Amino acid sequence: MNLTLKIWRQKDSKTKGLMVDYKVTDISEHMSFLEMMDVLNEQLVNTGEEPVAFDHDCREGICGMCSMYINGEAHGPDRGVTTCQLHMRMFKDGDTITIEPFRAKAFPVIKDLVVDRSSFERIQQAGGFISVNTSGNTQDANAIPISKHAADEAMDAAACIGCGACVATCKNSSAMLFVGAKVSQYALLPQGQVEAADRVLNMVAQMDAEGFGNCTNTGACEIECPKGISLENIARMNREYLSASLKG
Amino acid sequence: MALDSKVPEGPIKDKWTTYKDKINLVNPANKRHIDVIVVGTGLAGGSASATLAELGYNVKAFAYQDSPRRAHSIAAQGGINAAKNYQGDGDSNYRLFYDTVKGGDYRSREANVYRLAEVSANIIDQCVAQGVPFARDYGGLLDNRSFGGVLVSRTFYAKGQTGQQLLLGAYSAMNRQIARGKIEMFNRHEMLDVVIVDGKARGIIARNLVTGEIERHSAHAVVIASGGYGNVYFLSTNAMGSNATAAWKIHKKGAYFANPCYTQIHPTCIPRSGDYQSKLTLMSESLRNDGRIWVPKNLEDVKAIREGRKKPTDLSEDERDYYLERRYPAFGNLVPRDVASRAAKERCDAGYGVNATGEAVYLDFASAITRYGIEQAKIHNISNPSDAKIYELGQKIVEEKYGNLFQMYEKIVDENPYKTPMMIYPAVHYTMGGVWVDYNLMTTIPGCYCIGEANFSDHGANRLGASALMQGLADGYFVLPYTIGDYLADDIRTGKISTDLPEFETAEKEVSDRINFFINNKGTKSVDYFHKKLGNIMWNKCGMSRNAKNLEEAIKEIAELRAEFWKEVSVPGGDKEFNEELAKAGRVADFLELGELFAKDALNRNESCGGHFREESAEESGPQKGEAKRDDKNYAYVAAWEYKGEPANAVLHKEELKFNDIELKQRSYK
Repeated sequence: MNLTLKIWRQKDSKTKGLMVDYKVTDISEHMSFLEMMDVLNEQLVNTGEEPVAFDHDCREGICGMCSMYINGEAHGPDRGVTTCQLHMRMFKDGDTITIEPFRAKAFPVIKDLVVDRSSFERIQQAGGFISVNTSGNTQDANAIPISKHAADEAMDAAACIGCGACVATCKNSSAMLFVGAKVSQYALLPQGQVEAADRVLNMVAQMDAEGFGNCTNTGACEIECPKGISLENIARMNREYLSASLKG
Repeated sequence: MALDSKVPEGPIKDKWTTYKDKINLVNPANKRHIDVIVVGTGLAGGSASATLAELGYNVKAFAYQDSPRRAHSIAAQGGINAAKNYQGDGDSNYRLFYDTVKGGDYRSREANVYRLAEVSANIIDQCVAQGVPFARDYGGLLDNRSFGGVLVSRTFYAKGQTGQQLLLGAYSAMNRQIARGKIEMFNRHEMLDVVIVDGKARGIIARNLVTGEIERHSAHAVVIASGGYGNVYFLSTNAMGSNATAAWKIHKKGAYFANPCYTQIHPTCIPRSGDYQSKLTLMSESLRNDGRIWVPKNLEDVKAIREGRKKPTDLSEDERDYYLERRYPAFGNLVPRDVASRAAKERCDAGYGVNATGEAVYLDFASAITRYGIEQAKIHNISNPSDAKIYELGQKIVEEKYGNLFQMYEKIVDENPYKTPMMIYPAVHYTMGGVWVDYNLMTTIPGCYCIGEANFSDHGANRLGASALMQGLADGYFVLPYTIGDYLADDIRTGKISTDLPEFETAEKEVSDRINFFINNKGTKSVDYFHKKLGNIMWNKCGMSRNAKNLEEAIKEIAELRAEFWKEVSVPGGDKEFNEELAKAGRVADFLELGELFAKDALNRNESCGGHFREESAEESGPQKGEAKRDDKNYAYVAAWEYKGEPANAVLHKEELKFNDIELKQRSYK
């Protein structure tokens, strides 16, 4: 198929960006979206132009590196996928595709479609861990039975890949789904209980300091999340936050 | 320099314990004055960074991605082995050790493997304490599954995302230390050289991938944890950015590179679909617990399927050839990876491949779905369930176990694997070869360590499933933190290493010169053009089966391609900016050297062992006809190569492998 691409080009964080039109031809429907971008970039390199910068790495939907906003949706029109798992069969010949970076105050653009998500790093550093050293003397892994239900729920929360689609999608640029997932994973496990109150207070404080917006429960984040992280995690974080604040 | 593996004396069961008791320690007050650089933040680098920082060292960690959590360990799916024997099925440290050495076709170092087995149980304890949500059974205890090449269930897992969960565990431990200031994290940075002062590794030159600045970083020791070199094939299951540059740079500065020809071609990957393909996707080996691998028995059926006249589900049981079950009745679909891959290639080469390219076999879940369905019907007291009900109940169980893998397959191939068998074909997945290290995990450069997939030590010529995660975390959490102390104990009075030393100056200049060359070369061909060409040579001539003629051609062709690369490569943009083409150019330049050494090593090793299959060395008759034939008399050694300018001039050093605790046998899975 032949396509027109409207792509956000921005030299660096200080320069003003603009949308630029490109044409690609003979795109196979079996290609992934990023393979289509590779075709474009090869074309640009061969004509001496600068290729479009975009983040990507594992190309199997797990590293969370890829981050495009395609036709007004984080990771594009398909559900339950990252951009690297989006396939060209979702588009048709003659389509015009608009490609922008993830947009949020807390995710400044580095270049073209690449954004800086270090705010997520700092939120995790504020409390996204259990304080246990690597001593080799921790108790046997089976010493504390954990119900299958709790373990499975913790796993579902832990499946978050930290891509930031929830933030890019949210009209408030809220990071509540991301933070909620991390808080939930630990809150659901006995190992996470000891520091639960401090964790939620510190992570939420950092989230606010980074300039993420608040949650108004529209649920767009859950729909666009490539890993299907549930809104329940936000509710759980709110409960954890409330009870931690009251304990004060 | 003669190779000294520094394996301690004494019975294999006591070596590690006795050794730990006797090595030097650094007292907590002195650790504060010692800096360690860790390059790479996957399972090995991430766990090492966290543990070294917990101990009190000042750690500087480097990742080329925007977060340590994105290292490619995250893509490991199936699980992690540990000799916990929770299933009571006869597992033990010795058995894990034995399976790993046998699985590696007797080409690994016994003492290292035993230590790996010994610390494996502790890894699970540590991860659970960190909040890793491993799968559990209804009683709340940890669940296990079985992997290829073993007869016990010792694999712990977190859905099909075990690597992700383990990496997030190590990442959380890192975050705790980053918050304390004990780890200084350098994201979007790439190491471009090691700096050696007075014969010791004392720092690195790195490039900030956002600004393009070249930076000097000093430390008392340097740890390389940068993963494997599978991307030398261009197409592999590695991440797009996975590269060998850090490992290759230390090789060029004196670290020997061991067994580069040992590559794992994983049997269960999604077949390629076209020339535009940028990478291959693995389907976890855990699928072979329940999936049965087959091709049609008759070539007419193959033709009908390729032409779309028949569907795989149209074929009756006796029209199918479950070739692994036929050839290897004892292990069946769970033979080790190298064996399964070669068997798939054998069938496809004989014309039985089932997709348009002729390079695919079926992985079928129908019988597992039925088996689970019948079991569920009994559990739920459903009498006389219909076939549809059985299928529905069984599908639910399969979905619970492998749901995310099935979803991934469907997204890529656009076929529903619950309804029609998956198509799979082998792809490059892991490299057992790597930087040579001694028992301490130190390379031949004093103070330069290498851990995880980047080193060569534990998997011999073939790695068993769920052992890469085990090795990465064993090295990082439980081995390196001890052994590095023994070395650093001599450095408590050294004080801060200055980055103004002339050695830093020289190294930085070399790095800058190369970058300037790329920017100013203005050639006619893109970096990917060369990478793809290299990949083709590697896959066609150094792939699943190798012979002297092809390897000699590969050596010549790679050298020619490298010469063309340095003449014709084109890198757009500037150096002081975010420039992915520039980063790629440096990586491909290194792959072009590594590829040649790879072929040279494969040519030298005129025996078949593990993932390295030489056509000249196969069993000619008897029940093992066609199987790999090892040559213990001539090749029971580690081939460690010393850099001498060009790959063609590399000098071979041999570390003889001694097997005192395991009898050398032909590896049979029949």
